Amino acid sequence: MTTNPTPGGGSMTKRDLIDEVVKIYPRFSGRDAEVIVNAVFDSMTEALARGERIEIRGFGSFVVKHRQAREGRNPKTGAVVPVAAKRVPFFKVGKELKLRVDGKPVPESEREASQGA
Amino acid sequence: MNDGMPAATKNATMTKADIVERIYEKVGFSKKEASEVVESIFEIIKSRLEHGDKVKISGFGNFVVNQKRPRKGRNPQTGEEIIITGRKVLTFKASQVLKKTINPS
Repeated sequence: MTTNPTPGGGSMTKRDLIDEVVKIYPRFSGRDAEVIVNAVFDSMTEALARGERIEIRGFGSFVVKHRQAREGRNPKTGAVVPVAAKRVPFFKVGKELKLRVDGKPVPESEREASQGA
Repeated sequence: MNDGMPAATKNATMTKADIVERIYEKVGFSKKEASEVVESIFEIIKSRLEHGDKVKISGFGNFVVNQKRPRKGRNPQTGEEIIITGRKVLTFKASQVLKKTINPS
């Protein structure tokens, strides 16, 4: 498998996202934008904690998968260690974003604006 | 698999509308305003990812665009060998905080 980060890609943090929101909505203070952005991700985290799926049209979906308990091994000592059952979050990219990331045109039918909320 | 989760919430789905509702309750905007800002937040993230940038949301996770090289594949129906073109794909890596939150001990 050959996966390398895209060369030359920059990065955006939550802080940058908050600043962008303020740029678009100058009537919000930085504090307002922070509360809003945090509320978005907090509500998503809480939904996943309740075992719900999340579907953001045009973006993607998040699901929680269940991993059963298993016997693992300490790779250093070879000792058998029990690994407890756990829930793991997964993201599946939506069609529109999948195409956009790959630099492909997005057909009208996949544009989120045409599909409503 | 019984993990002790109530059946009622098990198949529930959160959508953008539910997030909008939350913003509306929490911040006291109009519904229209809350809906617009939620839309903008996802659009900002999408356009950054489209440009190949990483998006790192602390406490939630990182969205990263990876370049895949072309590789040989096979049409499973005909057995014919084909070249799978190189492409850019988006991956999400959940933060430790998110993983811990969905696994309360």
